[in-house]
Amino acid sequence: MANKSRYDLNKELAQMLKGGVIMDVTTPEQARIAEEAGACAVMALERIPADIRAAGGVSRMSDPKMIKGIQEAVSIPVMAKCRIGHFVEAQILEAIEIDYIDESEVLSPADDKYHIDKTKFKVPFVCGAKDLGEALRRINEGASMIRTKGEPGTGDVVQAVTHMRKMNSEIRRIVSMREDELFDVAKELQVPYELVQYVHENEKLPVVNFAAGGVATPADAALMMQLGAEGVFVGSGIFKSGDPKKRAQAIVKAVTNYTDAKMIAELSEDLGEAMVGINPHEIEILMAERGK
Amino acid sequence: MTIAVLAVQGAFIEHEKMLQELGADTFEIRQKSDLDRHFDGLVLPGGESTVMGKLLRELDLYEPLKEKIKQGLPVFGTCAGLILLAKELSNDEKRHFGTMDISVKRNAYGRQLGSFYAEETIEGIGIVPMTFIRAPYIEKVGDNVSVLATVDGNIVAARQGNQLGISFHPELGSDLKIHQYFLDMVKGA
Repeated sequence: MANKSRYDLNKELAQMLKGGVIMDVTTPEQARIAEEAGACAVMALERIPADIRAAGGVSRMSDPKMIKGIQEAVSIPVMAKCRIGHFVEAQILEAIEIDYIDESEVLSPADDKYHIDKTKFKVPFVCGAKDLGEALRRINEGASMIRTKGEPGTGDVVQAVTHMRKMNSEIRRIVSMREDELFDVAKELQVPYELVQYVHENEKLPVVNFAAGGVATPADAALMMQLGAEGVFVGSGIFKSGDPKKRAQAIVKAVTNYTDAKMIAELSEDLGEAMVGINPHEIEILMAERGK
Repeated sequence: MTIAVLAVQGAFIEHEKMLQELGADTFEIRQKSDLDRHFDGLVLPGGESTVMGKLLRELDLYEPLKEKIKQGLPVFGTCAGLILLAKELSNDEKRHFGTMDISVKRNAYGRQLGSFYAEETIEGIGIVPMTFIRAPYIEKVGDNVSVLATVDGNIVAARQGNQLGISFHPELGSDLKIHQYFLDMVKGA
């Protein structure tokens, strides 16, 4: 039978998620609510980022039994997080046939220097990035999807906006360069020349790029889409809010019709209380600074 | 020739690019007012069928599109799009358009580790690349449905009148043969 790399198939699964919303869930019940509300995938984790922040201490991969419970509860793809650099947690997630691994700064890093060599795995990885260099370094390590880091668990979209704008302005800079200048960019970003060349020619990352970290409202989600995100992760924003089901549905529709302000206005009505936000200047742990 | 592409979620841009390359005009359907425009054919792309099925109903697209398909509008569904067309889903109580007399099994090859690539012949088209991503396959077809391709004994492409259903993703990669086949269907309609 003909060949196509596992990496291609993994990048292509991310393509199928485009225009969708991936929601953090902690129980099978929440997973079902998310699926019924129109999530295109769920992220299974024991505690959502806002609670991880509140609890402090070391945060690790979730109990595989809990993840399996969520896999059985829904028919959409199930993702789960492992710690940065913790390749054994990743091996465990692969062993339970997770659809996507998030090597995530939301958990406590297990390695302060090296990320996981993601080329050694059959299952796909998504990684966070706050600029183009981080994104291309993760892709070089085998990530088949990228998301902004944002600042998870804050309900504050400012960091996701900053990261998306930064990545896209760096892409525009590379597109505008002469070809003989790309060698120096590769050196500056610490990535192979071929990746820089891809960005120069295609005006985009070689993989799908979602927004994540601090998205709490339909307007936040639409903002990220208008800034160029191909889809949105919503972590604490849904199940930390007053009416999770309604808010989840509204965010899904806002992502589909992200330029229709009239529809987003209607979707924003009567959503109940949004999650209580915290300002990144008021918090002690900046998760986005983990894993560069 | 104008082809509308359902763009509520999924890999719709990939379809648009291929159709444009073959000289068709395309536009996206994201809400009811988009249906005011004229179109000669409809593409239901890959993505998550649960999301598309839900948004079709909530954005008031479901009834008008179903009516158009029943009246003979040429339609081309890939992966999730095939699920939207199926009259029956063997492992899901939900039904969507249900206009095509086929029974489809969702996630028939399992999770992402079961995703694969093949090259096989489609009747009337020839050998094509086939990318299966958490794909469904067709378990049963009605009398009016022609089976166009099988892989390992499972039906992966079928046609019933103006409805073309494919369980893999012809919108990935660069082979335009299946899209050309659909445009020829639209021309002949």
